[in-house]
Amino acid sequence: MSKRVLDLGPILRDRKTRVVVTCGSGGVGKTTTAASMALWAADAGRKVAVLTIDPAKRLAQALGLEALDNDPRRVDVELADPKGELWAMMLDTARTFDEMVGAHSTPERAKAILANPFYKVISTSFSGTQEYMAMEKLSTLAATDQFDLIVVDTPPSRSALDFLDAPQRLSSFLDGRMIRLLSAPTRGVMKIVGAGFTLFSKAVTTVLGGQMLHDAAQFVQLFEDMFGGFRERAQHTYELLRAPGTAFVVVSICEADSLREASYFADRLRAERMPLAGLILNRTHPPLAKLPLPAAEVAQEKIERSAPLAAAVLGIHTDRLAVRAAELHMRARFDRVHTDLPVVEVAALASDAHDLPALREIGRRMTAA
Amino acid sequence: MTPAEPRATTPEAVPETTPSQPMSTKTGATANGAASGNGRAGSSGPAREPWTNACHRARLHVVTGKGGTGKTTVAAALALTLATEGRRVLLVEVEERQGIARLFDVPPLPYEERKVAVATGGGEVRALCIDVEAALLEYFQIFYGLGFAGRSLKKMGAVEFATTLAPGLRDVLLTGKVKETVTRLGSDNKLVYDSVVMDAPPTGRVVTFLGVTGAMSDIARRGPIHSQAEGVVRLLHSADTIVHLVTLLEDMPVTETLEAIEHLRDADLPVGTIIVNAATVSRLPSASLKPASENRLDKSRLAAGLAQGGITADDAVLDGLAAQAAEHAIRVLDEADCREQLVATGLPILSLPRLVDGGDLGGVYELADRLAEQGVT
Repeated sequence: MSKRVLDLGPILRDRKTRVVVTCGSGGVGKTTTAASMALWAADAGRKVAVLTIDPAKRLAQALGLEALDNDPRRVDVELADPKGELWAMMLDTARTFDEMVGAHSTPERAKAILANPFYKVISTSFSGTQEYMAMEKLSTLAATDQFDLIVVDTPPSRSALDFLDAPQRLSSFLDGRMIRLLSAPTRGVMKIVGAGFTLFSKAVTTVLGGQMLHDAAQFVQLFEDMFGGFRERAQHTYELLRAPGTAFVVVSICEADSLREASYFADRLRAERMPLAGLILNRTHPPLAKLPLPAAEVAQEKIERSAPLAAAVLGIHTDRLAVRAAELHMRARFDRVHTDLPVVEVAALASDAHDLPALREIGRRMTAA
Repeated sequence: MTPAEPRATTPEAVPETTPSQPMSTKTGATANGAASGNGRAGSSGPAREPWTNACHRARLHVVTGKGGTGKTTVAAALALTLATEGRRVLLVEVEERQGIARLFDVPPLPYEERKVAVATGGGEVRALCIDVEAALLEYFQIFYGLGFAGRSLKKMGAVEFATTLAPGLRDVLLTGKVKETVTRLGSDNKLVYDSVVMDAPPTGRVVTFLGVTGAMSDIARRGPIHSQAEGVVRLLHSADTIVHLVTLLEDMPVTETLEAIEHLRDADLPVGTIIVNAATVSRLPSASLKPASENRLDKSRLAAGLAQGGITADDAVLDGLAAQAAEHAIRVLDEADCREQLVATGLPILSLPRLVDGGDLGGVYELADRLAEQGVT
């Protein structure tokens, strides 16, 4: 294969690399990948923080993350280079949002906002809030200059790169135009949107109830002066993501759906001119024994009765070759579209990774290029 | 709009059903262990039949699972299985991801019921991708005569605004539309669909989604949407509805499944089966699993066995084969642990094999056959 290989070692070791963001669809091992990269860089002597979103329980325990606490904690681990440090945190979306509100308004106003019933909806279930807050937290951490490298895991987005789109969506939601229309449509406005809107406004009021719209209007009003601050902040984060010290890594497994998403991520990141380092093709199954398929198949059949265990071992081998052939096929299809995207394959571990030795092994495989 | 009449009638990938010998190039690496044993379609069968009477009786099958477990594929396979013998089944998607269209290889589905596949024996599967905005506008049109203005309101973002303000409204609209399809009568006054299979939100969100009562606090106390929501609550808590949980035999999905079962039970929602997807079937005799997993297989014996098959294996090949066997054995043992946790719930378990190249339509048909073999009908 004449493909460019994603050589992660130099990227993670490079002092100029300050931020690594992993993205990809759900269930591809993003969190594990992020943690492995962080541990690897810490072993190489850097002071690293890994920001995880929703780690598996046992992985969280391995990182010493028993609860959401929204601040990085030092992981108790002996590192190859004693100068290195590994820190980890689990994102608390609602709390990050609270902190952002606190940073951009007076204490009284912040209190009023936090008490509004809509705030809870927005800070927990507005689609994209989690992604937005992951980036907000990244931005805050990066600003402290406390770490050499921050590795961020992104939530499994339902679609696309929500962390890029959410700030815009949230501010257009909160900019108050719609709520003013709904709560008090004035004449001037009516001329523009037409009579249909009165009916719509009535219908919405019937469905949602007047009280709700009232609360919403109040909420939007409270938020109004913060917009400037929010926008600026979002812009700042966006610039941080585009800066040369950032590297995006797309993670995928070798399956059609996951690669389709990966393809989308890669295109979108490039369109936004985000520094895309490459693709990690996770959990692949390269054969460990050099034994061609036809010979294995013939032998398997021949010794089925006389040497059942050897036949079973051959069966495992032929299965593996079949899986590998499918993986290579998928990969070839992906490569045809993304000819210049560097790729590194990380062979699957036998078990789920939930301790530091397993993370180290993944780190080793990831950087073996 | 391109007509969505599918080319998906009898894909060449549908295998001859050979339950006792599930190895084919298509099935590849693994086969369906627990799956292949018993189970004749249609029979009320022995007590351990996973497709219980409650499953038989239900008409709305809610399929949930953690992201990445193959929930959409399994929902589609279940719909195909239920559509055998000339029945008509609707497969509903509620997350607007167009996963069904991709799976059945048809253009993105509009907010409209379209035939996507024909089942063995002539039944058919129709699919619907519910568009929340369209569903809300549909209500407004029916109850407020607000048809023509709909499109411009949508453009202005007014509908998105309303559903964002009240996320519960979104769920009420989605479940409301599903209820409508479950209870719809044709001109002959008979139910239009024999079954409806819903590709539901993932386990983390499904209880909130189905717990419509909670969502109703988001909407006004009166009015047509409210009374419809009450009807949805009745349906979801009736014998007409059953929830199936798709999982892989891995830590995270199993943990989430167990949590979801607890929450579903607390919410008094009927849980039907656990559907294990992508299970590995042991190639090794059970006595060899442990030694193989610790890479303690007798290599000289292995070499002798291979020699009988005409393979002269050097040390590198022997080590490689043993390492592969170790990975396989570890995987099988881990999966057995996971399965044990699932068995402890007392729920019936259906098992589907990992398909080597299963992300396509042929894979869906194959999984449908596997479900049928385990008594799903």
